[in-house]
Amino acid sequence: MNLIKEIIEIEKLMSEKIRVLLAKPGLDGHDRGIKVIAAAFRDAGFEVIYTGLRQTPEMIVNAAIQEDVDAVGVSILSGAHMTLFPAIRNLLNEKKAEHMILFGGGIIPDEDVVTLEKMGIDKLFTPGATTEEAINYLREAVAKRKRDEKII
Amino acid sequence: MFDKEFLKNIENRKRNWDKEAEKQRKVKSRPRFITVSGEEVNELYTPADVNDADFSEKVGFPGEYPYTRGIHHTMYRSRLWTMRQFSGMGTPRQTNERYHYLLNHGQTGLSVAFDLPTLMGYDSDHIRSLGEVGKCGVAVDTLADVEIIFDGINLGQVSTSMTINAPASILLAMYLAVAEKEGVPFEKLRGTLQNDILKEYIAQKEWVFPPKPSIRLITDLMAFCTDHVPQWNTISISGYHIREAGSTAAQELAFTLADGFTYVEAAIADGQDVDKFTPRLSFFFNAHQDFFEEIAKYRAARRIFARRMKEKYHAKDERSWLLRFHTQTAGCSLTAQQPENNIVRTAFEGLSGVLGGTQSLHTNSMDETLALPSEKAVLIALRTQQIIACETGVANTIDPLAGSYFVEALTDKMEADAEKYLEEIDRRGGVLKGIEEGYFQREIAKAAYRYQKEIEKKDRIIVGINDYVLENEKITIPILKIDESVERGQTAFIKKIRAERDNDKVKRTLEDLAVAAKGTGNTLKAILDCVRVYTTEGEIIDTLRPIFGEYIEPPII
Repeated sequence: MNLIKEIIEIEKLMSEKIRVLLAKPGLDGHDRGIKVIAAAFRDAGFEVIYTGLRQTPEMIVNAAIQEDVDAVGVSILSGAHMTLFPAIRNLLNEKKAEHMILFGGGIIPDEDVVTLEKMGIDKLFTPGATTEEAINYLREAVAKRKRDEKII
Repeated sequence: MFDKEFLKNIENRKRNWDKEAEKQRKVKSRPRFITVSGEEVNELYTPADVNDADFSEKVGFPGEYPYTRGIHHTMYRSRLWTMRQFSGMGTPRQTNERYHYLLNHGQTGLSVAFDLPTLMGYDSDHIRSLGEVGKCGVAVDTLADVEIIFDGINLGQVSTSMTINAPASILLAMYLAVAEKEGVPFEKLRGTLQNDILKEYIAQKEWVFPPKPSIRLITDLMAFCTDHVPQWNTISISGYHIREAGSTAAQELAFTLADGFTYVEAAIADGQDVDKFTPRLSFFFNAHQDFFEEIAKYRAARRIFARRMKEKYHAKDERSWLLRFHTQTAGCSLTAQQPENNIVRTAFEGLSGVLGGTQSLHTNSMDETLALPSEKAVLIALRTQQIIACETGVANTIDPLAGSYFVEALTDKMEADAEKYLEEIDRRGGVLKGIEEGYFQREIAKAAYRYQKEIEKKDRIIVGINDYVLENEKITIPILKIDESVERGQTAFIKKIRAERDNDKVKRTLEDLAVAAKGTGNTLKAILDCVRVYTTEGEIIDTLRPIFGEYIEPPII
């Protein structure tokens, strides 16, 4: 009985509109991927806010908090991911936005993916990932987060 | 080209052939037969598809207007394309070592890749450069770095391409200053500067200043080079990046040509002679995966450019009608999965560039979806070109695919599609207007999204990605890593340079630059004075930023 209730709860949470901030930090200007993700998220019914290029971690976190998003998606193809991802995560946590899911993509070697996920970056999508995977991940992850918040 | 009787005969035969073929059409090997750009491809091409009466004029002879078959009479029979691998990483010293490696293994031209801070006008110790120094290319802050990059290389004996845009004048000035120190006169220098700011706003997104002052920097450079560095290609008008951002082949072609014509018009408006600067404008195209579509694109490019330079811009010198181009195989076609497959992709793409008559070629390394090229990977990429040149026989004759019903039909279609876009751009008020209104950016984003959807729906198969996948794959090829010590080293080096140079001279040359920039002085000349005394790139950009302004892109999705 409890399990069915939980499933119904999660499905309800999954149908609430997901708000995502998409950002390009650092100097990298390659925005093909983030724009494809933005279009796919929009088609999937998410509310998408795109910061544009050349954002600092501070600018991204401020925008995320101002827009009260469920998740922040970051794209880095420049090799600066080990500096920028942790900076964003730490700043989100500092500003009491630990609940915000931090995900992203780009050119990130496998061993760095492992390290970053240990550092609190929730999910990374590297070349070959599909927009469908990203959409499904976010739906589940945001619903789980919301349910956990309700419990707490 | 073909007489009416013959064509009627062909059409009749096709109708009969079609009846038989229809029986076999129930079975389809693929869901759709589309090019990489999404264009439908016919099952069969016959003489009826190229029955244009102007065929001999439209296709003609190599080295003769409209140059469909190639810009020179003898093409690769006299001289092969330049094998020019785009290269740069970490410190200037590491890059210099890679250049010697490549030259020793048979590369015939140099091509410099800079890191993001350098591309964006930031010194290595700027706060925005944190984590980015040396990662995507070589870090350059002052003339001292460029001296090291070309250590042991005689600039009078090589041609060098430099991929840099917003700060292009600064890097050219540094190159000139190195040549001065080597005792090589400017007139002997051969090379290319990418210096194509328009495509930055459209696709690559590496800008500093807004369009108008950026174009002024470019026309200043063009004027300086016409007088002092006559063998230098002042712009590499690029489609590569537009394509990498997701455009179709026709968009790549049209948007690139539109950019080119915008520079032509800007230089004419600046009072420069079209026949003096046009022969030193060059182009840069992508070699994507659809073999025949790319070849058609290059042939159509030559034809459109020649016609417009002659008929619209009234260039009288034949050299102003020649579209000379460099080609790079498509980075966006490579996969991170089963990276060795990228060797194969690159080989086919490189081959299409050669069959399209490119003047210069870069072939990607197999590991570039993962990192900058390792030595092993870049050697294979270089050998790919050498195998094409020496072993395949394709360079034995000029434009071997001319007369192919398919290729000529495709060339005509590519030309017609590009012309439609050129008209649309004109209708919208030109390239600058188009950039302002986000026209190019939206077209590219739409095409990129469509392509991704095709892959996810399996309308388009990418080996190793949505079919022929290897589970639990382990990457076993060597992967180049850029160490964090690069950033520390560069930061220390630039501090040392700042301390040891004549800072009075630096101050004075920057003041003179500001005067030139605010007025009508030649900015390249002023920048050359700055770099000679080891002014940093960041200091020059910082001087120009308040005068020229900063470009901010409205975030359109």
